[in-house]
Amino acid sequence: MNARAFLIGGAFVVFVGACVVTLTGDWRGFFSVESARRMAQLARDAMPPAHDGAFLAKVGYASMETVAISLIGTLIAAIGGLALALPGAGRWGHAAKAIARLVMNVLRAIPELVWAGLLVVAAGLGPFTGTLALAVHTAGVLGRLFAESLENISAEPYNALRHHGTGAAAAFWYSTFPQVLPQIISYALYRWENNIRAAAVLGVVGGGGLGQMLHFHLSLFQMQDAATILIAMIVLVGLVDFVSNRLRIAMSA
Amino acid sequence: MAAVSPTLSRNSDDPAWRSRLLWLVAALTIIAPAAWLTEFNPGKLADAHALKTTARFLATMFPPALAPEFLARIAVDAWRTIAIATVGTVLAVLIALPLALVANRQLSISSLGGGAMCAICATLRGAVRWILIVLRSIPEIVWALIFVRAVGLGDSAAVMAIALTYGGMLGKVYIEIFESQEAQASRALLANGASRAQAFVYATFPVCLPEFLSYSVYRWECAIRASVVMGLVGAGGLGQRLDESMKSLNGGEVFTILVVFVVLVWLADKLSAWLRQQTA
Amino acid sequence: MSISLAGVYARYARSQRTSLADISLSFVPGEQVAVIGPSGAGKTTLLATLACAIRPSEGIMNIFGTDPWRLPGADLHTLRASLFLAPQSPPLPPRQRVVNAVLAGRLPRWSTWQALRSLVYPIDIPAAHEALARFHLEDKLFLRCDRLSGGERQRVGLARLITSSARLLLLDEPVSALDPALAREALGVLQTEATTRNATLVVSLHAVDLAMGLFDRIIGLKEGRVQFDLPRRKITDALLTDLYGAELASSYQSGPGEDPLAQPKLVRCS
Repeated sequence: MNARAFLIGGAFVVFVGACVVTLTGDWRGFFSVESARRMAQLARDAMPPAHDGAFLAKVGYASMETVAISLIGTLIAAIGGLALALPGAGRWGHAAKAIARLVMNVLRAIPELVWAGLLVVAAGLGPFTGTLALAVHTAGVLGRLFAESLENISAEPYNALRHHGTGAAAAFWYSTFPQVLPQIISYALYRWENNIRAAAVLGVVGGGGLGQMLHFHLSLFQMQDAATILIAMIVLVGLVDFVSNRLRIAMSA
Repeated sequence: MAAVSPTLSRNSDDPAWRSRLLWLVAALTIIAPAAWLTEFNPGKLADAHALKTTARFLATMFPPALAPEFLARIAVDAWRTIAIATVGTVLAVLIALPLALVANRQLSISSLGGGAMCAICATLRGAVRWILIVLRSIPEIVWALIFVRAVGLGDSAAVMAIALTYGGMLGKVYIEIFESQEAQASRALLANGASRAQAFVYATFPVCLPEFLSYSVYRWECAIRASVVMGLVGAGGLGQRLDESMKSLNGGEVFTILVVFVVLVWLADKLSAWLRQQTA
Repeated sequence: MSISLAGVYARYARSQRTSLADISLSFVPGEQVAVIGPSGAGKTTLLATLACAIRPSEGIMNIFGTDPWRLPGADLHTLRASLFLAPQSPPLPPRQRVVNAVLAGRLPRWSTWQALRSLVYPIDIPAAHEALARFHLEDKLFLRCDRLSGGERQRVGLARLITSSARLLLLDEPVSALDPALAREALGVLQTEATTRNATLVVSLHAVDLAMGLFDRIIGLKEGRVQFDLPRRKITDALLTDLYGAELASSYQSGPGEDPLAQPKLVRCS
């Protein structure tokens, strides 16, 4: 055991060393006096954060837009995820399962921001693209979680109804769905928490909401406005964390 | 046979109906405006011009760009992405560990013997936890945006962004790991006069090591994904290359980079799982 | 229309359950039969085979005049609406309300649209109420299934049978969680229902005295084969001892809380 630990530890040190060397060129740039001065300047420029009424209203609107993006995106993702999870759990045979799993993995593997960049081609800039990007990525994540839930529940209730001559759709809604519903809601709420953060940053590549506003003001070096938006982001994320936590505790009671 | 319960007639209404209706109305009241705010309009996708652009973009995806010079550049970028993620995570650990140690309530000497912590210690611990929360709450890409403004385009912006954000996340989890252990062993050492450092090294750390490594490796895996994402705003690596190719609507290059990215993440996932198995 | 098995061999695909060997039985419509036997005798497999839930590897089946396994898929599905199999552990989704669980017996007769509509607002509450009232559970109508006791869940499963329109009723140890008095009453309700519909009733029971006390024809199963298939009056102690072997003492237990000294004696003559 110890020899192995040393081997892994040694390999690790060499690896990290190689990484540091690769980036060395930029390091000097980062820790130079010049950069430090520029950072300090930026920080100074950001004080005090912009707080005039008109701008705050705009930030408020962008915050609501961000929440809306996360909400609708997660909602669509839950429906899409369930639609993918049914074949993904093997309901319709091996081929369908393999295809569904592949689709879900691709959707999951590509981060929301990359999706947003890709979808801008099809849907233009704005919150709709952000919503779609979130929905697409999260559908992959939720689909995989839902498929696992479907595979873990007892098949007894479903089989009992089918043996009695119930159609597949009715049997699903009467037995399978009530069995997995609590988990579906729990996973969806959990992802919604995460998606607020994602929605906030999607705007950076053109997905609307606070992110788009932040990118805009930063590119114009309007640091005070940027600072306010940043604070709004932190507050929003904290608030959603809190609400979602409460909801989840209430649901599992 | 028992008499039919007097409170329930044979044709009772479903008692759950009213509350369900209320929930439905509440949900619609939230969803409808939300949909409007997001400018939800599936029709946009069917717009003639958009469809043409999409079709053209998709068409250029096949064949994927496979020219050797391009692939070589991508390989270098992929390696840079790994380097960014690794150095960023290492720095994050270096930030998180001391902070977690300070905030670790188990190492509190002033509260030995069941009393409350001294005021200064409690404040200090609280302050450190707040710092970690602030570090965590700002998405790494926002840090990247700011650093790019300050130090220009390039890898170091991404490295520092990861270091700060993940420092916050790792710090919080380290605290949870340390505090979930039995306090007995470290408390006993502290009560017998050992310094905090000694108590930590001899009592807390050995037990926590597997979880500590496991989570840290998992964060490294996330860092790889994050590095690519940050590249989209100019912070280097594969992401920057992807951004350039997307902007020029070069579907073939986009496709290749995406495939490389997916493979990279998959490899990191496998390596991470293997490492975590080794340390379990 | 008759129901019969001839030379049937059947087994559960991926289970340790006993497989049936060379089963030949036939039932007259409206007949009421009890199936008894030690644990692992194949009672569950037999009921599942009759319910067309598992396909025999050999032998010929006849349900209501046709071989179900020769029918095209759609026709077999239609046939299933006439078959009701109540598994030993009631197949109720935990968070579903009793009213929906009971009305699920109507599903084969409802369209998908009606089924969905009933989930939103139950279509036939009086029917569910009446079915539950037979088992003294009418006040549980709108409760969630996981808020019921084991015995109550078992009776809800039986209430589902009442709302269905099946003509072959197959019940796997349907009163195992009920005390003796309640068990007798519940079986009485089921027998009355079967008589009203002229449905064939096949019940597997672990409590021999219940079987002997309520059913005219008893089938004894052991190790996947039919040991005996006799009218009640022809069942002797010797046959039972042979069937159960060492289990005989425990097979007299008919439920929780039963005083062993108060066991009813074996009825030998009808």
